[in-house]
Amino acid sequence: MSKNLAFVQGNEACAMGAMYAGLDFYAGYPITPSTEIAETLAVQLPAAGKKFIQMEDEISSMCAIVGASLTGNKVMTATSGPGFSLMQEALGYAVMAEIPCVVVNVQRGGPSTGNPTHVSQGDVNQARWGTHGDHSIVALSASNHQDVFKMTVEAFNIAETYRTPVVLLFDEVVGHMREKLIVPEPGEIPLVARLRTSLKEGVNYHPYLPREDGRLPMSDFGDVHRYNVTGLYHDMWGFPTDKPELVQELLRHQINKIENNVHRMTFYKSYFLEDARTILISYGSSARAALSTVKQRRNRGESIGLLELNTIWPFPAELVRECTRNAELIAVVEMNVGQLTQAVKLAVGSQKQVHLINRVDGQMIADKDIKNILRILQGKGI
Amino acid sequence: MSMIFKRTAGLTDAATHYCPGCTHGIAHRLVAEALDELGLLGNTIGCGSVGCSILSYNYFNVDMIECLHGRAPAVATGIKRSVPDKTVFTYQGDGDLASIGAAEIVHAAHRGENITVIFINNAIYGMTGGQMAPTTLPGQKATTAPAGRKPEFSGLPLKMSEMLAQVPAAAYIERVSLHDPKHVRRAKKAIVRAFTCQVEAKGFSLIEILSTCPTGWNLSPVDALGWLEEHMIPYYPLGVLKAPEEVEHVR
Ligand SMILES: Cc1ncc(C[n+]2csc(CCOP(=O)(O)OP(=O)(O)O)c2C)c(N)n1
Ligand code: SF4
Repeated sequence: MSKNLAFVQGNEACAMGAMYAGLDFYAGYPITPSTEIAETLAVQLPAAGKKFIQMEDEISSMCAIVGASLTGNKVMTATSGPGFSLMQEALGYAVMAEIPCVVVNVQRGGPSTGNPTHVSQGDVNQARWGTHGDHSIVALSASNHQDVFKMTVEAFNIAETYRTPVVLLFDEVVGHMREKLIVPEPGEIPLVARLRTSLKEGVNYHPYLPREDGRLPMSDFGDVHRYNVTGLYHDMWGFPTDKPELVQELLRHQINKIENNVHRMTFYKSYFLEDARTILISYGSSARAALSTVKQRRNRGESIGLLELNTIWPFPAELVRECTRNAELIAVVEMNVGQLTQAVKLAVGSQKQVHLINRVDGQMIADKDIKNILRILQGKGI
Repeated sequence: MSMIFKRTAGLTDAATHYCPGCTHGIAHRLVAEALDELGLLGNTIGCGSVGCSILSYNYFNVDMIECLHGRAPAVATGIKRSVPDKTVFTYQGDGDLASIGAAEIVHAAHRGENITVIFINNAIYGMTGGQMAPTTLPGQKATTAPAGRKPEFSGLPLKMSEMLAQVPAAAYIERVSLHDPKHVRRAKKAIVRAFTCQVEAKGFSLIEILSTCPTGWNLSPVDALGWLEEHMIPYYPLGVLKAPEEVEHVR
């Protein structure tokens, strides 16, 4: 048996992935179904000489990781729907101040206290547009523990590469389910270290002056360079400005650094897509059921395939368009009223109809639910 | 034969969902009896919180609203200011009141809201499975403080009642305990006095109730009562921290 073999919850896989990625600082507030992430890190971080802190709520948790990140740490917090709502203001601050951080949302049924703590994927759009103002965001997902681990590592990589918050959108089933995880060897998944300025002490450092490749080298806050950080629109020094041309330039920079790099942050899996006439698109735990349906129907000779998206935002529209070009039937499988379906519709255009196969009653969508709706869509009756 | 004990009309017939040995149920009964005895039952609105008592609307025989985690005092403010003739109370755990809801409780007291707060201090987060609360004692184990709370790292437990007693507009603050029948009777008196304080429009009243969480503490129900007496009371001394008589009333 491999020494790297583990049998863990998805939440533990996430915590392990974060440790692998070099997590230095975690701040959070308990909420089911995410709490095991904090509980695992409460043991592992101090043991590694790193920092774990339980804060008084999610607002302060998010603010604490913002502060810790600036001083040079890889940081993370984890929560579920209600807490994610409380984090939104500071998440926007991290977007504006371009602060690398990872925010895990193990989704449960909402709005409000909702349907605790049953599974849901109802925060897809909260991840996209939860904070106020124009912005872009990165959100990743996973349907199994190997991918939970990998996507957690990639979340840190993207956060550091693009100086941006990255949301990990897991769900209750993935978070609480136990399954096999083969812990990657060190170096197996490449890690992105923080890009630090090469400027020496005494040389003027501009925290918000992008290099030619668009990246912003950081200087650990409080270290050798003096600079300012603000949630206001700012100039290259980090000092507030309301000059229209600078405001517009900064807004566009913050959006473009994400949207122009969609292909670099798109993670996905395709199953039997080559000749598929019916294409399911899914993510998170509902992709498990979708995959099961696809395999069963393949066995019966149907040309059906699955596109599983690990990157949800920025939405990989080109990939979706490409994969569905020859599709006769497209259906999105998700546990909400069609939040990603809207994005798929936009991507494939009005020529093709996009259907929604969902369940929104707090129960995990099953392969038989998908099969039943597919039969109706295919005119086969139930 | 004379009747010496009767189930109060302030509680419904529902059996509570609390763990064996949890004193949430006793606290419920005391609040219900107090409202019943003061003749307030038909005129009361309860503001529940998020914690193990989230289902308290099943048990209190009054209109109940389940509020967001920590925000019950703000919701109670909106209700009481709109219908000042109603008796309005909140029922909150220590995670709810002392952690996420710290701002709401301080400002409800600061404004001198004429509401009654029932504050259940069990030194832990019960509902979410035993995480550290601001009230967790030094050395006490919690899932997010696996080696026990370390004061050098997490500070010392918050004494909410002492803190709130400093708020000028707060009228009545008392800490009681439920670890034995004598103290249960005292707790009842304090709760009656708090609701009376509200009826007499004297302003903000809060009763902190030291309570057990055998599940979160990993103790048997009996041992939990002993642990409360032995460990909690020395840190959280019982008694009146602010009496309505001491306060020059704003209203
Ligand atoms: C915004 C938000 N964050 C976190 C939670 C999760 N949560 C539910 S109950 C609870 C703690 C309750 O503990 P306490 O107030 O001490 O009450 P007890 O269960 O011990 O009676 C938490 C953190 C939530 N519901 N909403
Ligand atoms: S977990 Fe603790 S507070 Fe909650 S019902 Fe059980 S004993 Fe009571």
